[in-house]
Amino acid sequence: MSHGVCIISIQADAVNVLQTDNKMQRLTPQFSLYSAKSQAAGMLQVAAMPVSCSSCGTQRAALRRPKTGHSLCKSCFFWAFEEEIHHTIVSAQLFQPGERVGIGASGGKDSTVLAHVLKLLNGRYSYGLELLLVSVDEGISGYRDDSLETVKRNQQQYELPLKIVSYQELYGWTMDQIVKQVGLKNNCTFCGVFRRQALDRGAMMLGVNKICTGHNADDIAETVLMNFLRGDIARLRRCTAITTGSEGAIPRCKPLKYAYEKEIVLYAYFKKLDYFSTECIYSPNAYRGHARTFLKDLEALRPSAIMDIIHSGENLLVREDVKMPTQGTCSRCGYISSQALCKACVLLEGLNRGLPKLGIGKHHKLHHKLLSEEPLNERDMRKLKDF
Amino acid sequence: MCQSRVCVSLPVLIFVLRLGQKCMKCKEGTAILIIRVGDAFCRSCFKDYFVHKFRAMLGKNRVVYPGEKVLLAYSGGASSSAMIQQVQEGLSRDAPKKLRFVPGIVFVDEGAVCGQSLEEREVTLSKVQSVLQGTGFPFHIVRLEEVGSPGRVSRNYKQAVGRSMRHGPGEESQPQVLEKLAELSTADADAPSGTDTAPNSSFPAELTERLVQLFSSTKTLTAKQELLHTLRTHLILHTARGCGYSKVMSGESLTRLAVSLLSNISLGRGAFLPLDTGFSDGRYGDVLFIRPMREYSLKEIAFYNRLFSVSSIFIPTLDTKAPENSSIQRLTETFVTKLQADFPSTVSTVYRTSEKLNTCSAEDRQEDHLQERCLLCQCPLDTHAGELPASAFQATQVSENLSQQTKENCASRAETAGKTCCKQGQCSFPPPPPCRRAPGIMRLLCYSCRLTMKDLVISFSVEKAAESFTFTKSPFCGRG
Repeated sequence: MSHGVCIISIQADAVNVLQTDNKMQRLTPQFSLYSAKSQAAGMLQVAAMPVSCSSCGTQRAALRRPKTGHSLCKSCFFWAFEEEIHHTIVSAQLFQPGERVGIGASGGKDSTVLAHVLKLLNGRYSYGLELLLVSVDEGISGYRDDSLETVKRNQQQYELPLKIVSYQELYGWTMDQIVKQVGLKNNCTFCGVFRRQALDRGAMMLGVNKICTGHNADDIAETVLMNFLRGDIARLRRCTAITTGSEGAIPRCKPLKYAYEKEIVLYAYFKKLDYFSTECIYSPNAYRGHARTFLKDLEALRPSAIMDIIHSGENLLVREDVKMPTQGTCSRCGYISSQALCKACVLLEGLNRGLPKLGIGKHHKLHHKLLSEEPLNERDMRKLKDF
Repeated sequence: MCQSRVCVSLPVLIFVLRLGQKCMKCKEGTAILIIRVGDAFCRSCFKDYFVHKFRAMLGKNRVVYPGEKVLLAYSGGASSSAMIQQVQEGLSRDAPKKLRFVPGIVFVDEGAVCGQSLEEREVTLSKVQSVLQGTGFPFHIVRLEEVGSPGRVSRNYKQAVGRSMRHGPGEESQPQVLEKLAELSTADADAPSGTDTAPNSSFPAELTERLVQLFSSTKTLTAKQELLHTLRTHLILHTARGCGYSKVMSGESLTRLAVSLLSNISLGRGAFLPLDTGFSDGRYGDVLFIRPMREYSLKEIAFYNRLFSVSSIFIPTLDTKAPENSSIQRLTETFVTKLQADFPSTVSTVYRTSEKLNTCSAEDRQEDHLQERCLLCQCPLDTHAGELPASAFQATQVSENLSQQTKENCASRAETAGKTCCKQGQCSFPPPPPCRRAPGIMRLLCYSCRLTMKDLVISFSVEKAAESFTFTKSPFCGRG
């Protein structure tokens, strides 16, 4: 109880402490719901006096919105949350009527809420969209197989068609096999690069016009910080864009760009959505972890910090004389790439040659050798092994 | 300005490396310190390296002209002390490329808002005075209270501003800014009668009280630090104008800049990063702020000061001894120093990232002198919603509106509950809630300064006061 990370649910008879999932434990202490129970008063900010909803003024407030600090009742919160996403969709002109839109579904809270809200808004405002679910099976036993079950249930609940593409069928490797070869240290690089491409391929198979992903405001803010810390100016410039990759690849958009992670959790919780909440069993990206912790600390100090960082990111202007990587296509698979070979092909080549380090770090000079299927000489091999 | 807070744990730095390791530069002298991985320097090569870097920085940028009066901002900290020492070094040298500007020093006494008693402040001031006398340069010691003093200083200042007005409009809003800031602490718009007290003699307690009141009514340390920074900058600017300096040198080090880059991003100042942290900052028009120490890491400065006995004075400031997570700035500082310990390239990477940024569309609007600027920080306003199709600024306003009881809100809700929309997809949904106009003073501020103002408890009465003041007496923005 001391960290205050649990949700106190408002049952009449008991203060019900929900066991929160891993992700929730990273949420900060101000994560408070109003409760009439005086026992919880010490932990919650306000408890004794019932607070009325600041939007309708009649209902009793059920929660304090992490984003604005207002106290809202459940139905006003739902309304506000949905309308905001609608506003984002309309003002950023994310969709055109009649489009086929693929929703990247992992079974987690973000994508579940995204699928739910898009389905709902599509009906409420007659977007005229055809929605589909696309899932990627990385082949992580004990994690993805369970979450895919959730996605399959979602498919039933929302009556949306579902397409699952697997690493096994696309690359001939599952993440379990990859981790066996590369170990726990750089496996997220493989998974991340492969997933990006797998999602696109799945979308192409379905013939969709657009892909939506469940990236939320926290993710974007975190990425801004990360790219700044890593000096990745090209990504820094495009990471705040709500739609990316319009030329060539299938455009992607992030309708939840301005939705706080905490609010997504609250929404999913109050709506009793069926989602899967376990961390990936392979260690998470350590460096991102630093940025994430920092962001959560910032949010605790000033809840608007997440939006403030996105605002900063949106207003950064990169000097014109800064060299940017030029986008081309991979000469092997035809996917977008700034090099002769795309990252996925290099990583795959490394796996198949038994040199997983080939794709970690920069070895652009070896690309032509890979392309002409030449064997690597001893010096190259040594470099890749000591790395 | 104040560098002493970023912790450089001296014992951690390897002082004598392998016994007998030679300097990588002259290959003769015994190395005494490693600056970066593998770069071991001997004492004299380190000195040359340090001195050269300062002069190269000024030489490369060519903004300071011979005979120009330059004001050095001194905080007592390691960086600004080293900066003054470098200027002394450059001026005293008989070398052909002697620095040829005319320096003066300004020290801002912030004791009042940092909770120091008058006695403590006197002690600090006498220390500062003796250090500054030692430099042989003219110096100005100003108290933070003067920012609200409509007395002698301000009158001179106004004349100075009057002279500088030819440089372009925009600057004339300056005195109003200062006076407005003075008004912040008093709800009544009555300006107290002018005082003719010299800056160095004892100051009217009333002014101190007003300043302290302003800070104590600020809810968060984050906002206090922002406010202090703004006031300090205005005061330095004010001193520079009043005494005819056309350049101000401030001593932010590489480490300090990396911290402020990240904290400014977190504070929503992304659009102004190049102004806030770049080599030269021309937002004030007639007075140019430059940062010649921006390529020295704090480690280099600490070692230089130690090896060549450059003394600095420890002066507690707002976040001295404050816990790690007491303010955004403080939190960022801890974050950067910790990350730097694990990933030694953090600070320089952050710095190099910032070098690739440009000022927000200021270039194309530069001609337009009437461009709206933030009242507090004087940066071009970044709050023009509507220009972007969807923005964080707009999204926040939408959230605010939807969480509050408004008529349109209820109406639109009732409407959509019953029927579906008209034009498919392109539905002109109740146009993004005609955002309530930001009240009063808020609309004159940039995104980040609005956040700071929100943390001011008394802001409402202040707004009223400021507004009546603004619109009855003189227009704020441009066109005087």
